[in-house]
Amino acid sequence: MAADSAIEVHDLTKIFRKGQVRALDGLSFETPRGTVLGVLGPNGAGKTTAVRILSTVLRPDGGGASILGLDVVKQAAAVRRTIGLAGQYAAVDENLSGRQNLTMIGRLSHLSGRVARQRADELLEQFELTDAAARSLKTYSGGMRRRLDLAAALVAEPPILFFDEPTTGLDPKTRQDMWAWTERLVAKGTTVLLTTQYLEEADRLADTVVVVNHGRAIAQGTPDTLKADIGTTVLLITLGDHEAARRAAGVVAPFGTHVPSVEAERVEMQVEHGARAGSEAMRALDAAGITVHGLVLREPSLDDVFLQLTGHRAESGSEEGPCEDQHPGLLDHDERERLRS
Amino acid sequence: MTTGTLAPSVDGRDPGHLERVRWLLSDTLTIAWRWLAAMVRLPESIVFSVIQPVLLVLMFRYVFGGAITGVPGSYVDYLMPGIFVQTVTFGAVISAVGMAEDLQKGIIERFRALPMARAAVVTGRSLSDLTRNFGSILLMTGLGFAVGFRIQTNVPAFIAGLGILLLFSWAISWGFALLGLVVSSPETAQLATFPVLLPFTFASSAFVPVDRMPGWLQAFAKSQPVSEVVDGCRALMSGGPTARPVLIALAWSLGMLAVLAPLAVRRYIRTD
Repeated sequence: MAADSAIEVHDLTKIFRKGQVRALDGLSFETPRGTVLGVLGPNGAGKTTAVRILSTVLRPDGGGASILGLDVVKQAAAVRRTIGLAGQYAAVDENLSGRQNLTMIGRLSHLSGRVARQRADELLEQFELTDAAARSLKTYSGGMRRRLDLAAALVAEPPILFFDEPTTGLDPKTRQDMWAWTERLVAKGTTVLLTTQYLEEADRLADTVVVVNHGRAIAQGTPDTLKADIGTTVLLITLGDHEAARRAAGVVAPFGTHVPSVEAERVEMQVEHGARAGSEAMRALDAAGITVHGLVLREPSLDDVFLQLTGHRAESGSEEGPCEDQHPGLLDHDERERLRS
Repeated sequence: MTTGTLAPSVDGRDPGHLERVRWLLSDTLTIAWRWLAAMVRLPESIVFSVIQPVLLVLMFRYVFGGAITGVPGSYVDYLMPGIFVQTVTFGAVISAVGMAEDLQKGIIERFRALPMARAAVVTGRSLSDLTRNFGSILLMTGLGFAVGFRIQTNVPAFIAGLGILLLFSWAISWGFALLGLVVSSPETAQLATFPVLLPFTFASSAFVPVDRMPGWLQAFAKSQPVSEVVDGCRALMSGGPTARPVLIALAWSLGMLAVLAPLAVRRYIRTD
């Protein structure tokens, strides 16, 4: 129990009566102040349930959690004064304007009227919503709503922030912005707990990652150690035909950690240092006079993490809460690409 | 210990009683403002909440106005207090639907994670209902005068009658807000109000004297709250024995308020 722990969770259990779902099954982790903790897992892993308990919205059935040393059940009122919440379901009032939303949150956080209005204007400016400040949210795009949602979490300048899948379903630009904003907040000393389904996002933002599956932590570490555990990057080379691919496989084999596999006109091989192996392979192929049509390095995906950690693909999610939809456990690669574009 | 400069200091101390009451009041006002500001932004919601009382007053005044005889005094003077009570009762449907709708919104999740008084989500909503009812009662009164209603008592008594009306409208809006909190969707809330509304407003003394109804119905119609409140308002506005009906009307309104408001607040606080 480190004294400078910002968030501490031990043996957290939550069972939803409906359908006897064990959403959390002994989840434990902790994170020091001023860092980003990435909680990584498929749909239904229990990420949202954990955030709801930490933000005092839901009571745990077993175990405990504390924020800055304050118990989330016994000192819930004090916890609420230290946290901000933003997430995939933009929690803002449709019927009000952007400025009205932020002023209301400020007043409900017990800022004075003057400070609440001032803070609202600052945040609208910061999130490039000043022009739309007086308009009803009904006229906002999805990205604008999410920006306002994030702004709403920051109104009272809480030292602890929970971002529940902050970039799920966002366009690439807003996603990049969201990352940049998060980094700025952390630079100022804020502690962020971020849940995500994207390894890339955890890799970019998190100091520590907890991988959650079936309501339990199955791995914990820095993104680099996690990736090191998974091992390797995948090098994909496309050649003119099958014959060329077979010859290429022989040429690049020394640069990989495993024997390359050949399928049709493609060669696939695991490598340790992606960029270096890629350029070495390229040079060797060039020297051998083999024409390369394409060369791609693929970072390990969340699927690869799960495959490595559990020996099987992430299973489709057991239902997490009343509003959880029936998505398969993980978006497949194509779907993820579609969401990004 | 915190990096925030705006958030109050984090010491895990629970706020004192006085501070808590102050927050409850301040948060209630903020949430009431939320609803009224939303109403101003949605002119159609104002139009519809105006149309309903106007239509009810006009329809009942002119459809039934000539058909019913044998009531003490003019039928318009007899009818109007009944229409007033019926209109605020029908208007409370908005409380049920609004509450049920609100529970499905993501913003409730944010409210639960804010340091605000939890009860304010419901008390603020109710304060906005009270404000809306006040406006709708003023509108109906003006309209009533326009279609021939005249005060048969005196102005202070008439204003006291409007006071009871407002109090009752508040009590019933708490009841319907509770309904909205119990059911699972706004659609269900809407449907669930009708089995309450129809018997209570029509099997009542609002439009016709109860003693014209069949005996089995009289037993219910005589002593149910809408009738009692109509009788109280009618006594204050259009004359007749006053003390007893007014006291009973007050007792019903205050009694309903005292039971329904805490139940609604409790229900909201206990909902995950």
